[in-house]
Amino acid sequence: MIKKVTPHLSQNEALIFERSSPGKKAYQLPELDVPPVDAAEALGAGNVRREIEGFPEVSEVEAIRHFTRLSTWNYAIDYGMYPLGSCTMKYNPRINELVARTEGLAWAHPYQPEALAQGCMEVMARLEAALAEITGMDAVTLQPAAGAHGELTGILLIRALLEKRGNARKKILIPDSAHGTNPATAAIAGYAVENIKSSETGGVDVCALEQLVDKDVAALMVTNPNTLGVFENNIVAVSEILHRKGALLYMDGANMNALVGIARPGDFGVDVMHLNLHKTFSTPHGGGGPGAGPVAVKKILEPFLPTPRLKRSGKKWAFDYKRPRSIGRVKAFYGNFGVLVRALAYILAHGGPGLRNATVDAVLNAVYIRKALEPYFDLPYSSPNMHEVVFSDDRQAKAGVRTGDIAKRLIDYGFHPYTVSFPLIVHGALMIEPTETEGKLELDQFIDAMMSIAKEVETDPQLVKNAPYSTRTSRVDETTAARKPVLRWKPA
Amino acid sequence: MLDACGAANAEELFAHLPEDVRLDRPLNLAPGISEYEIVRYFRDRADECANGYASFLGAGVYNHFRPVLVDTVVSRGEFLTSYTPYQAEISQGTLTTIFEFQTMICQLTGMDVANASMYDGSTAVPEAAMMTVRATGKGRVLVARSVHPEYRQVLATYSKYQGMPVAEFGYNAESGALDLEDLERQIDDLTAAVIIQTPNFFGIVESVKTAAEIAHRKGALLVVLFTEAVSLGILEPPADADIVAGELQSFAIPPSYGGPYAGIIATKEKLIRQVPGRLVGQTTDSRGNRAFCLTLATREQHIRREKATSNICTNQALIALMATVYMTVYGKQGLRELAEQNLAKAHYLGSKLNRRFTGNYFNELVARAPEEKNKTLLKKKIVGGLPLGRFYPELADCQLLCATEMTRRADMDTVAEVLA
Amino acid sequence: MYPDNFRYTKEHEWVHAQGDAASVGITDHAQSELGDIVYVDLPKIGSKVEAGKSLGSVESVKAVSDIYSPVSGEVTGINETLATAPEKLNTDPHGEAWLVKIKLSAPAELDGLMTAADYQTYIGAEK
Repeated sequence: MIKKVTPHLSQNEALIFERSSPGKKAYQLPELDVPPVDAAEALGAGNVRREIEGFPEVSEVEAIRHFTRLSTWNYAIDYGMYPLGSCTMKYNPRINELVARTEGLAWAHPYQPEALAQGCMEVMARLEAALAEITGMDAVTLQPAAGAHGELTGILLIRALLEKRGNARKKILIPDSAHGTNPATAAIAGYAVENIKSSETGGVDVCALEQLVDKDVAALMVTNPNTLGVFENNIVAVSEILHRKGALLYMDGANMNALVGIARPGDFGVDVMHLNLHKTFSTPHGGGGPGAGPVAVKKILEPFLPTPRLKRSGKKWAFDYKRPRSIGRVKAFYGNFGVLVRALAYILAHGGPGLRNATVDAVLNAVYIRKALEPYFDLPYSSPNMHEVVFSDDRQAKAGVRTGDIAKRLIDYGFHPYTVSFPLIVHGALMIEPTETEGKLELDQFIDAMMSIAKEVETDPQLVKNAPYSTRTSRVDETTAARKPVLRWKPA
Repeated sequence: MLDACGAANAEELFAHLPEDVRLDRPLNLAPGISEYEIVRYFRDRADECANGYASFLGAGVYNHFRPVLVDTVVSRGEFLTSYTPYQAEISQGTLTTIFEFQTMICQLTGMDVANASMYDGSTAVPEAAMMTVRATGKGRVLVARSVHPEYRQVLATYSKYQGMPVAEFGYNAESGALDLEDLERQIDDLTAAVIIQTPNFFGIVESVKTAAEIAHRKGALLVVLFTEAVSLGILEPPADADIVAGELQSFAIPPSYGGPYAGIIATKEKLIRQVPGRLVGQTTDSRGNRAFCLTLATREQHIRREKATSNICTNQALIALMATVYMTVYGKQGLRELAEQNLAKAHYLGSKLNRRFTGNYFNELVARAPEEKNKTLLKKKIVGGLPLGRFYPELADCQLLCATEMTRRADMDTVAEVLA
Repeated sequence: MYPDNFRYTKEHEWVHAQGDAASVGITDHAQSELGDIVYVDLPKIGSKVEAGKSLGSVESVKAVSDIYSPVSGEVTGINETLATAPEKLNTDPHGEAWLVKIKLSAPAELDGLMTAADYQTYIGAEK
């Protein structure tokens, strides 16, 4: 087997400001075809700036070399697997990039007359319909810009419904295994957060839930499968408890990659959920964003959806602004349209059968990894896993090696680390999600790497603790970065 | 592989799911289609839009030329398909470009620290407002009516449940600038923030200094917004602001029917711990080399959870990178020259139209011209300005027009002919 | 290691009282669990604190911990040096890196807290 990586040969490069020189240019503007205007006269003398001090001045070739060299310092999906649990780092199809740049779509202005925006509106309508079918819900809004934004939208919808019923209630229940955005979102929506402990199988403890849900509880926010990669087998019972007491069930759709085509949240009692298009639907992570977080709801919540909504007006699409019950806007304009285009391209390329196959492969890959690594790493929860698997570092911790160390050593084998120390209910978690993108070859290389590291922990723990060795930088000093923050470049 | 999993077939992997949750039919979606068919589908949709039209729309989204280098850089797999830089050793590319981005935003806005981007300008507004509430311990927010209407709508949605009442103060009917008397009347000791935009929604340049004096006298913080980033190439940065928030779409981000864009929040040193979103800091590695990493993460949701400064997780890294490349390509001189061109174009147009306001303007202006006339322009493949009646009933006889370096003289002459 | 004239809480804070003037800090056990301390968030002078309620927080790179006041009273002083040198909490949590000074409103509360011996037993058992 060819090893995946050797010490990383990368280019050296300074900051763009350190490469700048007065007078260098990388741009050329056309000649003005109208008379120039005196800035001081037009804007008011006190309003005109002298210059943008410190801004870069480089030539075009220096600019392209700068960014190209910097790019060689990054790992990427195009290089190999990212086993990051809960992030669903699947392949980003290049066709998505091409179609998103189609001129009439890329240059469409949101305030274009509707008659001249029908193509954009059709794209959005088609995506709404596809997502509704996939989730088993009745209506979808594409306005939220990301998952956390979708969560906020969802909780505001719940609040609006409960207010209409006479009592917004006071708190949201959140499992202790939840992603941090969940409680942060609840707080912004004006709800108090109450944690619900997971059962011994890592799921929602139905008995505890029965006790906790009172008339002050507005909703339970659940991730399904949960952050352990385990399906909530009691989900229908959970939804019944909530509904019986007048509360709602919110689902964080981050783990939809385990469900598409297999099970639909709308069918198992979810009232409102968000999707992460940059996870399940292949839109690129781009170093941290953009994303999109559409929200899908049951009919009861439809009137409260953000304004405007697409509606059919004869043979055309139109935006409906007459929505008295709407929670308002969560973002200007209509949503991250460019991301929506990419997600729709993905759905069109796969089609119904293809989407289901992707889910099957995603789960197969994760179970394959679990079986292979079970002899080497502690598995805190023995329930069947779906698209991701969570180990703990308990065994390796005996030699003083923690999940973070193992993750760093994995880099030396040519992989991006898995998700470290999350979820918090597992001590020293290793959260691994391969996605359907990975073939057996890459998976076997990953498994070999993890087995090798497990052996290294036994024979030479220091080797693992001081990893990585093959990267451009060694471990960085995060402590000083936080104690004495330097957040911008300044000239000497 | 199935053998290794102990399953006879793939369906067995799902056998543990309860019967009553399983989807017992195929998804009601058409089968997958080929690359070519996908390209054709979207091309057909594009043809149903304003392909090839000249446009005079601005209003928060601007037509600026996108230097070719921008897509060359962001199309690199190392930038496009990489993840959030939590593992610093293998993300120095992303981290370095974000550090450069943060620096350029500080240089542009005159602030001390900038974050690694918000979703967009509209959501940066409530985030900035929440910052002022945390920083001052007070609760009221005053926002100018001349701030982008949809931005104000987003602020309203967020503030409803925050115990953060929002009130609006007006604009001067003649100049189009802030009605400072109205601001003086409404501001009180409970005000946490005064939020203004410059150039404002009408394109008018505001006096930041005066607004700052009024705000600070009452112990409130001044938040200054911008939607047209190119204006900072020529306008004095709002140094008297406590927080600057804004939209970077003008910097090589395609209009793309409303998103994705990139917002920013920049502020003074004293408010650094209240800043939402990601921050990249400079540090060293164990060998003493300069390196960058995400820092001050304890502000964020994954650690602070319900006490976080924001619930934001994803930022707009790739979009911010587009802006970083743009700012690099244009650079110190280029952004100035670009702004001067925008100024010249808009003033050429403005001189031929019936301007509604007397205040100084950059590249957008409000003209008295009925909506009807835009139909004539459409026949000439020109999209006219934005009729304002939908947002400002008192300005129903006016429209907001924008001219940039991409606007041609001939089209401006046509518009002037039809609208005047 | 744990001064005899201090009293300790289950949340790993210490209090050292002389009459109704007290100093409060976090224990060596707490700082070692937190790792490198990067920032300390302290209350304003003059604010009132209540036994068992949070008076601020301590941050490491990857975690935040609330500081629960062992006693009730008014904050009369805060340790300004921690703003520029939070690392002192790692090196001298019982001495140089005291957090706040409090004027006690209910000195009897001290009797309900653990002695140094009790605290050592407590953290020994926690492991």
